[in-house]
Amino acid sequence: MSALLEIKDLEVAYGKILAVKGISFTVGEGEVVCLIGTNGAGKTTTLRTISGLLRPKSGEIWFQGTRIDKVAAHEIVSLGVAHSPEGRRIFPRLTVEENLLLGAFSRNDGGIKNDLEAAYDLFPILRERAKQPAGTFSGGEQQMLAMGRAMMSRPKLLMLDEPSMGLSPLMMQRIMTTVTTLQQQGTTILLVEQNAQAALGRSNKGYVLEVGKVVLSGSGQELLHDDKVRKAYLGED
Amino acid sequence: MNTSTLPNGARGTTAVTVSRPSMQWYLTLAGVVLLIVGSLLSWCYDEGVLGNVSLNVNPGPIQVFMIVIAVLTLFFLLLRGGLFPVLDRLLDSARALRALGATATAFMVAVVIVIALQTSGLANADPGVFVALVGAALITWGSWSLASDPTVDPVSVHMRGWVDILVIVALLAIVLFGAAYALGQEDGTVFVLFLSVLGGVSLALARSGLFSWIRVIAQRHRQVLMLGAFAVAFLFPFTQNGSDANMSIATQVIIFATTALGLNIVVGLAGLLDLGYIAFLGAGAYVGATLSYSAFATIHWKPPFIVVMIIGACVSATLGLIIGTPTLRVSGDYLAIVTLAFGEIFRLAMFNLDGNNGPNLTRGPNGIPAIPDLEFFGFNFGDTHDIFGIPINRFGNYYFFLLVVAAIIILVFTRLNNSRIGRGWVAIREDEKAAEAMGVNTFGLKLFAFAGGAFLAGLAGTVKAHQDVSVTPDQYVFLESAFLLAAIVLGGMGTVAGVLIGATILKLLPEKLRFVSDYRLLIFGLLLVLIMRFRPEGLVASHRRQLEFHEEDTELAEHVEHAHLEATAGSEGTA
Repeated sequence: MSALLEIKDLEVAYGKILAVKGISFTVGEGEVVCLIGTNGAGKTTTLRTISGLLRPKSGEIWFQGTRIDKVAAHEIVSLGVAHSPEGRRIFPRLTVEENLLLGAFSRNDGGIKNDLEAAYDLFPILRERAKQPAGTFSGGEQQMLAMGRAMMSRPKLLMLDEPSMGLSPLMMQRIMTTVTTLQQQGTTILLVEQNAQAALGRSNKGYVLEVGKVVLSGSGQELLHDDKVRKAYLGED
Repeated sequence: MNTSTLPNGARGTTAVTVSRPSMQWYLTLAGVVLLIVGSLLSWCYDEGVLGNVSLNVNPGPIQVFMIVIAVLTLFFLLLRGGLFPVLDRLLDSARALRALGATATAFMVAVVIVIALQTSGLANADPGVFVALVGAALITWGSWSLASDPTVDPVSVHMRGWVDILVIVALLAIVLFGAAYALGQEDGTVFVLFLSVLGGVSLALARSGLFSWIRVIAQRHRQVLMLGAFAVAFLFPFTQNGSDANMSIATQVIIFATTALGLNIVVGLAGLLDLGYIAFLGAGAYVGATLSYSAFATIHWKPPFIVVMIIGACVSATLGLIIGTPTLRVSGDYLAIVTLAFGEIFRLAMFNLDGNNGPNLTRGPNGIPAIPDLEFFGFNFGDTHDIFGIPINRFGNYYFFLLVVAAIIILVFTRLNNSRIGRGWVAIREDEKAAEAMGVNTFGLKLFAFAGGAFLAGLAGTVKAHQDVSVTPDQYVFLESAFLLAAIVLGGMGTVAGVLIGATILKLLPEKLRFVSDYRLLIFGLLLVLIMRFRPEGLVASHRRQLEFHEEDTELAEHVEHAHLEATAGSEGTA
């Protein structure tokens, strides 16, 4: 598999504080890749840097052979990178449909209507409530909307930042199943999770981040059975 | 707002209509009769009080107000009596009756006090005033214990199309003649009384739910309303019979409203707080003045006015780009401070470009006077022209021209609001970071709004220069920017109708309230505080703004959903 996304020695700083201290990883075409780690490990910072919301201090980000670490955020979306941010960040006072249409903001082609239907097929509840203000939704429904919205830009790479945060186990299962569905439909997924069990089980590759550095990497199954990971992230002795 | 919405129509009304001829109903009816009879009698021996209320059967203006209130009360009484069952389902007559009673009583008490004060003692009051007072009190008493009748959500009521249109036409006619009447009042006291009666009646109608019904109708027939409003604005000069004073005020109002509409794109749509907007208007005005045929113009190039307009707009837009490019990259608060400073810098720069310190461009504090009137193809704006026998004077000419400019700005505004760009602005207002992650070019869109707003202000400024005859720095002070913002906030951010109403109120009141000029700012301050407390979304609110301010109101959320469904169903139907 060729690398869709390649991160080389990425350093990101907030003022003088280095949040990401030189990490490198690759995401292959069609893969699900998972970044796990505790709070403050630099996972969200990494995603925000890839999508252009933050600028790296040094290092390179390559997407499909184009260097994107100096490209504006809205152009990165047009290139095919969608970001479903931490905390979902849906637009609460806009209707579900308006939220979805905003996901397709970077596009100007005629396929938006079809993709709207595709998003509704992915999450039928969104179709039922298409005209409701999104703020009236439960956490799980909001997460579905956030994922549907990200898919509206027709991304090659979908980055999900903690999709399971604050969800019931049942709802989390539903979201994780959708991740697999999207992968089968051909979308590459970069997943950031604290819930290592659910995430690693579905990932082709995983990277463990600790205070801004990659400390461990391997296939999802390898990491799931790694002693250190089991102790630190799965709460087993 | 309907607080008592029944799910499936208002079958509950039958219970009320059965007990129709109640004691309270007849009591209120008696009050109406007394109020009318009282208002037709003399109120006072002295004909100098309250614009002459000393005649029998020939009521003065205030007595006419009371008769209007009485007729409205009668209308709601008949509604309650079951005369128009369809309307009765829509409107809560009990609440309207209570508000009307309270207004009438408060008003009559005030009248009695004024008569007592101005004629030194109640001895000069005629019996008529007491008859009317008793009538008003009876209305209040009778309506007080009337049970509120349940109403239905107006969104769910569909009447015939022509009924809706008729309501719109009636509403616009009332606005036209109301405005003409208000402007025609020379006596300051009568004007204030007219305003307070208007306030009371509006309150009563709002309590009855009439305005939510009208809003639904207006949404259904947006185009009709827009065209109608434009027609009313167009017809207004013909009601004035060439009156200089009133047309001057009307022209001031329309310039102010046009500028406020431009600012509304920046503030209401893109959500950028611009505290120096008047400087963009000023930049346009100075361009208009320096390129005019004025003997004092400092640039001796005289292009046709249409070119001057475009140059003025472009100069303003360039200034907007210069201010916006560095500041729009950072968050909102900085923009407010920078624009505030820019407004002052502009004024001082115009003040100092007088030849002593640098080039002589603006003639400093003297400004550029004697700007000649516009002339298009031999049509001179300074002359009075007769149209259908009604003289249209200099102000009228500018009024019509500015009306066209306003129409252009309204068109730009609505097209932008409903476009992809408009959706991007909404996203930026809601959550800028999330919008960025969605691929919205936040900086580009904000800069576009800022420079676009400046462009429109510059356009209006070039016309303003000719209408004002002279351009001086002190016309473009911070207070003007603040008033523009106040008009937007008062009227309703992001709406066209709201801003037009807000601008009209803020410009009309000071003109008509000259006799309390010292307290005008105080009154405005109070008005704004009251609006912010009781209706933070402004007089006319977009549904989305309402949600912003009343987020926990689930009923409102449902209402928005209904309205939205209806709107989209309508658009699909026509497509």
